[in-house]
Amino acid sequence: MTEPENILQVDGLTKRFRSVAAVEDLSFALSSASIVGLLGGNGAGKTTTLSMLLGLLEPTAGSIRLFGNDFVRNRYAVLRRMNFCSPYVDLPQRLTVRENLLVFARLYGVRQARERISELASDFRLIELMDQPVRRLSSGQKTRVALAKALINHPEFLLLDEPTASLSPDVSRWIRNRLSEYREKKGATILFASHDMREVELLCDKVLMMNEGRIIEQGSPEELKNRHSRNSLEEVFLALNEAGGFR
Amino acid sequence: MNSFAVERIFALLMRYFFLLRSSWPRLLEIAYWPTVQMIIWGFTSIHFSHAGPELTAGGILISAVLIWDSLFRSHISYTLSFLEEMWSRNLANLFVSPLRPWELILALATISMIRTLIGMIPAALLAIPFFGVSVFELGLPLLGFFLNLVFTGWAISQVVTGILLRFGLGAESLTWMLPFLLAPFSCIYYPLETLPDWMQSVAACLSTTYVFEGMRALILRQEWMPELLWKALSLNLLYFLFGLFAFWFSLRSARQRGLLLQSGE
Repeated sequence: MTEPENILQVDGLTKRFRSVAAVEDLSFALSSASIVGLLGGNGAGKTTTLSMLLGLLEPTAGSIRLFGNDFVRNRYAVLRRMNFCSPYVDLPQRLTVRENLLVFARLYGVRQARERISELASDFRLIELMDQPVRRLSSGQKTRVALAKALINHPEFLLLDEPTASLSPDVSRWIRNRLSEYREKKGATILFASHDMREVELLCDKVLMMNEGRIIEQGSPEELKNRHSRNSLEEVFLALNEAGGFR
Repeated sequence: MNSFAVERIFALLMRYFFLLRSSWPRLLEIAYWPTVQMIIWGFTSIHFSHAGPELTAGGILISAVLIWDSLFRSHISYTLSFLEEMWSRNLANLFVSPLRPWELILALATISMIRTLIGMIPAALLAIPFFGVSVFELGLPLLGFFLNLVFTGWAISQVVTGILLRFGLGAESLTWMLPFLLAPFSCIYYPLETLPDWMQSVAACLSTTYVFEGMRALILRQEWMPELLWKALSLNLLYFLFGLFAFWFSLRSARQRGLLLQSGE
């Protein structure tokens, strides 16, 4: 069976917690080998959306099709082809970097796990840290390990929730470069939730701007800047905010 | 079970093995409590034997302590392994991996069995030179008592892990409380007739009661009563199914409420 060009198709996705709508009637598609930014202020619904795409949260309504499969019905077949990284989640702190990567390689059924771990150790400059417990690492080093874990299974779809939050600009740039390389090399699709407008502008082919659980604007960073006659995504965001787009 | 499922279960076992290897207090604790319990009850038993030898005949108190501990250890080992995932905020990593819930349950049960044996065997062996009591003399029925209590422990664990999923680490104390709720009704150290009528009715619904009644019959009267073990096993099957349902229901509820990403207090 040939897979559709859009690896992700979301239709009418809604999540309500009692009467409060965290995400309302969200519809969008992601094409393969794209990096898409999910932008929005606090409480816009970014993490809720990512959680539903990961199967951590059950939607109230709507559908998610991943790689042409209904995600709810074929969750486990699809999860093998995805991975994620989030500041809300840690790796076991007492285990060393090597042990953590080995456990996740086995969980994802990675063939030639040790070779894959060596490759990631080299790509993410972890060689010196491999036998250190995760709890002894700095936050920048922990982020590199979390990203190595997120790439352990060569995911075709990678979901990242603010992966560079609280990192210094040089580390953030280094991580952006690794993600771009990964997309080029593997043709993977990356969905990237962030507050950092500049980072999204530098990295993403397409941006989905969310507010109060809805997509209020979408397009490439250039399209959005031209449409709103602004010089940066941050200015677009602020202009939408002033116009009442964000509440 | 396909080879991928086996590999995922093995991955989790590796994770718990790495954790134990990295933390000697955790490793020591596994054998520490059963041994301390055995020593305290061993001396209590010696003291009681002066007052009434029938109270401690055949090492019944020490055997009861060791056999009861197999329930407590299996439950604690299962639930603590699950709690390790919550404490380290790793639960979401597991639930977005291809690991199925039943594979998680099987991995937790396997590590629980390993930890229970590591804890119980030294205590049972030490009871021989210390107090001249060998639970191994009970023979094959010992295996029946042990397995029944381990199953009861796992059934409790499934309910507790379900509650932890649904209510977070605020419900952590249930891990220690729940097995002790059963203890007074389980007739561990005294026969069923000791209890008042209403408590006997409750005790009759517990698999643990039949295990300890069977143990007493074997030690005190040298009478092997397999029907008691079958009753215990039937009840355990019911508990286990109830435990599975409770875990599944709580997992579903946690998915609906968005509790899996932030499984804190």
